[in-house]
Amino acid sequence: MSDPIPPSNGQTPPASPVAKFLRATEIDTRLLGMIGALVLIWIGFHLYGALVNGFGAFLTPRNLWNLSVQTSSIGIMATGMVLVIVTRHIDLSVGSVLGFTAMAMGLFQVRFLPEYLGLGSPLIWILTIVFGLILGALIGAFQGWLVAYRGIPAFIVTLGGLLVWRGAAFLVARGETISPVDERFSLLGGGPYGSIGATGTWIVGLIACAGIIYLLVSGRASRRSHMFALRPIWAEVVLGTLGCGLVIGTVLLFNAYPWPRGIVRQYAEANSIDVPETGLFISHGFAFPVLILITVGIIMTIVMTRTRFGRYVFAIGGNPEAAELSGINVRWVTVKIFAIMGMLAALAGVVASARLNSATNALGTLDELYVIAAAVIGGTSLAGGIGTIYGAILGALVMQSLKTGMVLIGFDAAIQQVVVGGVLVLAVYLDILYRRKSN
Amino acid sequence: MTQHAQTPLVELRDISIAFGGIKAVDHVSVDLYPGEVVGLLGHNGAGKSTLIKCLSGAYKQDSGDVYINGEKAVINNPRDARSYNIETIYQTLALADNLDAASNLFLGRELITPMGFVDDARQEAETRKIMARLNPNFTKFSAPVKALSGGQRQSVAIARAVYFNARILIMDEPTAALGPQETQMVAELIQELKRQGLGIFLIEHDVQAVMDLCDRASVMKNGQLVGTVDVKDVTDDDILSMIILGKQPAKVA
Repeated sequence: MSDPIPPSNGQTPPASPVAKFLRATEIDTRLLGMIGALVLIWIGFHLYGALVNGFGAFLTPRNLWNLSVQTSSIGIMATGMVLVIVTRHIDLSVGSVLGFTAMAMGLFQVRFLPEYLGLGSPLIWILTIVFGLILGALIGAFQGWLVAYRGIPAFIVTLGGLLVWRGAAFLVARGETISPVDERFSLLGGGPYGSIGATGTWIVGLIACAGIIYLLVSGRASRRSHMFALRPIWAEVVLGTLGCGLVIGTVLLFNAYPWPRGIVRQYAEANSIDVPETGLFISHGFAFPVLILITVGIIMTIVMTRTRFGRYVFAIGGNPEAAELSGINVRWVTVKIFAIMGMLAALAGVVASARLNSATNALGTLDELYVIAAAVIGGTSLAGGIGTIYGAILGALVMQSLKTGMVLIGFDAAIQQVVVGGVLVLAVYLDILYRRKSN
Repeated sequence: MTQHAQTPLVELRDISIAFGGIKAVDHVSVDLYPGEVVGLLGHNGAGKSTLIKCLSGAYKQDSGDVYINGEKAVINNPRDARSYNIETIYQTLALADNLDAASNLFLGRELITPMGFVDDARQEAETRKIMARLNPNFTKFSAPVKALSGGQRQSVAIARAVYFNARILIMDEPTAALGPQETQMVAELIQELKRQGLGIFLIEHDVQAVMDLCDRASVMKNGQLVGTVDVKDVTDDDILSMIILGKQPAKVA
């Protein structure tokens, strides 16, 4: 091996402390921008509430916990939409696929499975999810096949899908609402029982911190073994502290949101616990849908950045012809991308129908627009080739924060639509300006 | 070079391919021996690139056969071509602009960790090694290739072909986008690869480059082969008249 190689960004012009800090820590400035925007939105809504309505409801454990649960369904789908948009396609059908799969899962667990397994069987929820995910993947794969092997533009295929699956969701149950869903299944939608509580939340948080430290240490070891430039130690420490601090802050926040008094009383009676005068403080902690979103986010990030498949997704987005000439089976990869998207729509269908404790044929209506907006606000380029999973999840959080915030301060639905639409266009414009500058 | 005793590395026999009634390649046969550079010349639209894409797997010929080392080869797609150690450097360079040099070099053939993940660190280390040999001035390893100059992009494309021990190399106007210094670099590289025993098809417009680099030259016009000549037997005027008039020079024919 040769001598250690200097950093590949070569000559370093004299830089401000901020630029120096960013270079040393290698923090993505886009990410900072998005977090900055998010913080602004949160503080803005809180202050507006505090000043105009006399009560700032936004920055409370209760609202932020709800926000995390409400973001889950869109966030799960947005991670798949990144793959679709990166390869220069679009999927307009995700909201309808969500609705159809949720409806099919509703029928499957309420009408079909109990006949064979008996009502309340512990197998019902898991079989239902497996069924739903497979159904979603098949729907996605079929649409992907039409796009890749039959050459129909994805816009048209999924526009058709938008109508077909919404109609199919109505037809399978003749428009009925399927309710209530299986008891265990409904926990996946969150709520007091659908959360992991204080201890569980601390365990998840500590695992996350250990994971962050492991990534930093192993990343450093790998760079050293290949003699690449290392981050200065202080930058590693700052990154580790920031990461773990954020995780622990989130743990404290979610643990600060107690169960409502009624549920506590019910729970205490059921488990014959005495409730003291001052009331019993039982924390929500992370809700299951949030854990699902985090898990999906981690898996999809690994898929996108560490696997061959992910590399091919980016290569196809950057130059489809070059990808084909490099021996990549572009069509088959396209089918897989749409299958993943369909599966994630079904998973979002699990969360959404569990949260409502029912499957309705209107579930997921207009979700496709929020999902696409989340991915695009999160920095996924419609020209293809660029996009990140964490960006899309943050984008979903931004969209949901806007929606929730406007509800909290009492804007009516019409104004909400105007604002959300305007923000989408503005966010993409800012993104274009940013890219132009960084080129 | 009529004294070849060995079997040719590549033989394209009687290749035809038509697009919507237009015969882009019309019963053309060419061959290539180890350690040899064969130039393919002709006007734009003469069928050179189309012919060679049948070998690289980008197109499938309508009729005719490809023989590699005397054995019939079935090449349906670029993956098949690679399995015969055929590497292609396309005129358009065929790089994914949004990926860095290492990802492009290993595209479709990523190095994998025992866990089954892409080994980015090892890929970059390997890329640094081969670039140190091909183009020592290359330093932008972490930038997407769209940030690179034409010459740097060309070295990525060439590195990709060289790294995987190609035995048959197809170069489609490799110097079209390059400055004089970089052109010289490519010329030296071709000489080195030739010494290593590779066979190279060189698609070129520049007759002088063909005279300098090639052993034989095959000229095409309107999809048909005008003829194949030993470069040392002819002048550049002879080749020019083959390209323009579509006639074999008298003394060779």
